[in-house]
Amino acid sequence: MDALLRLFSLIPGWDQNVPAWASISLAGLLAAGLCLGFISLGPVGYVYVERKLAGFMQDRLGPMRVGPWGLLQTIADTIKLLFKEAIFPAAVNRPLFVVAPCLVVIGAFMGFAVLPFSPTWQGTDLDVGAFYVIAIGSLSTVGLIMAGWASNNKYALFGAMRSAAQIVSYEIPAVMSLIVVVMIAGSLSLQQIVAAQAGGLHNWFLWKFFPLNVIAFLVFFTATLAECNRTPFDIPEAESELVAGFHTEYSGFFFAMFFLAEYTEMFVASAMVSVLFLGGFAAPLPVLQTVAGFDIGPVWLIAKAWALVFVHMWLRWTLPRLRVDQLMHVAWKVLLPIALFLIVVIGGLLTAPATAGGFPWDPWFGWPLTALLCGYLMLTALRAWRWHARQVREAVA
Amino acid sequence: MTASAVVFWVLTLIVLASAAVVVLSRSLINSAFALLATFSGVAGFYVLLGADFLAAVQFLVYVGGILILLVFGVMLTHRIQDLDLRAEARQLVPGLFVAAGVFILLAAVATRTPWAIGAGRLPSATTAEIGRAFLGKYLLPFEAASILLLVALIGAALIVRKREDA
Repeated sequence: MDALLRLFSLIPGWDQNVPAWASISLAGLLAAGLCLGFISLGPVGYVYVERKLAGFMQDRLGPMRVGPWGLLQTIADTIKLLFKEAIFPAAVNRPLFVVAPCLVVIGAFMGFAVLPFSPTWQGTDLDVGAFYVIAIGSLSTVGLIMAGWASNNKYALFGAMRSAAQIVSYEIPAVMSLIVVVMIAGSLSLQQIVAAQAGGLHNWFLWKFFPLNVIAFLVFFTATLAECNRTPFDIPEAESELVAGFHTEYSGFFFAMFFLAEYTEMFVASAMVSVLFLGGFAAPLPVLQTVAGFDIGPVWLIAKAWALVFVHMWLRWTLPRLRVDQLMHVAWKVLLPIALFLIVVIGGLLTAPATAGGFPWDPWFGWPLTALLCGYLMLTALRAWRWHARQVREAVA
Repeated sequence: MTASAVVFWVLTLIVLASAAVVVLSRSLINSAFALLATFSGVAGFYVLLGADFLAAVQFLVYVGGILILLVFGVMLTHRIQDLDLRAEARQLVPGLFVAAGVFILLAAVATRTPWAIGAGRLPSATTAEIGRAFLGKYLLPFEAASILLLVALIGAALIVRKREDA
């Protein structure tokens, strides 16, 4: 928004003639419109990638018919979904039935208000930014419960109850591992958290107090995965037992809104993980931060977030779904004790003068570890691709 | 009227209207969901007053915790949709007395507190100040409240736990 305000000031006579509140509101509206465009077009790409990826992992081709390599498939699906009739079953609670998907989308969308895309490209740099993202997540939960209740359908209600129990439980390890980052950065402001990680890969909080923060990263990532209702934590809409969970009765555009919210939540959650642990908009190498004088921070944040969204999809097609009791076990008896342990230990390390800046070996480990990790991931991708190619060749032969 | 006054009155309208729905609605589930607007409106007041941390806490605790648990409880109640749970007895005079008493108490607090009025600067970051106050000057009440919550938590866990001998 700062960037937009500065842009306005460039217009001759703008500052003199337009009151401050009007230009702030206009900048806010424009920024929100930009984000809205980003999230509403997003699912078209995400769904295509997810289906192709599912095909790849299950050794089939995925969508191939509509357009080259099936590229137009999701566009066709979207158009179909938007023009379909939204059916209201006779016994639904109409007002709540309509409000519920809106709440879910609002809850997912509000996260964009504080996501820092660069030092100036940010809705607003709240002092409580990290906390705000966690807090507004509860709006989506209320929306899900409302949807389940208003549907007047036992499967939908089951889905809603499961989702509420799950999100409320996983919020706790998420917040606890967030505290680790907040303690290290000394601020809740997302801008300052990113600023503390600037200057290259080895400064990312992921490598601070190696290996403690890697564990915090895994705890936070797992918790956000559960809050997005993605596999292995997708029991709220487990299709094999609950038809489609909380959105069983939704059709047409209202169903599309749940879909939109799910993918938006995935993006916001992944962006939060990258802001907290992977340096946010800070480039992996300081020289890559600007291209021809332009700050390409937004590109880095989106690239990191998309990489994590890819991991979400990857896990979805790799892991089986957890049972309800296993889910609760993981949240309360595994993740929470680990997170509490990390808070105590890292808090202690931060107060001791000898280790306040990190372990002595932190700068030595950061670079090699990052290189190793990147190398391993690339190797795995390469092996998977070659294996797939061989399978296709053998099938053809 | 300044912009903040407009926002104040809009928020007041939202809070009062939704609170009226909470009290007067025939269906318990509508009351529960109307609380969402009330809680959000109160969070809006905090934002208007520059208390960003309190606003986030209000939203996280009331919407994310209390409201969801409340709705959970309501949903587990049998045949809730056709039930009219409004109180039958109408006690106008005692009600008025209680309302007047609460009003006097609140008014006394509001008028007698030495508010920091004047051309001061808003505290830029409330979070740090709140943290210092809790862990410094007001440590004892803070810890007492924590122990109270812990006792409630353990009590709740004990009540729902299955007895091995029974």
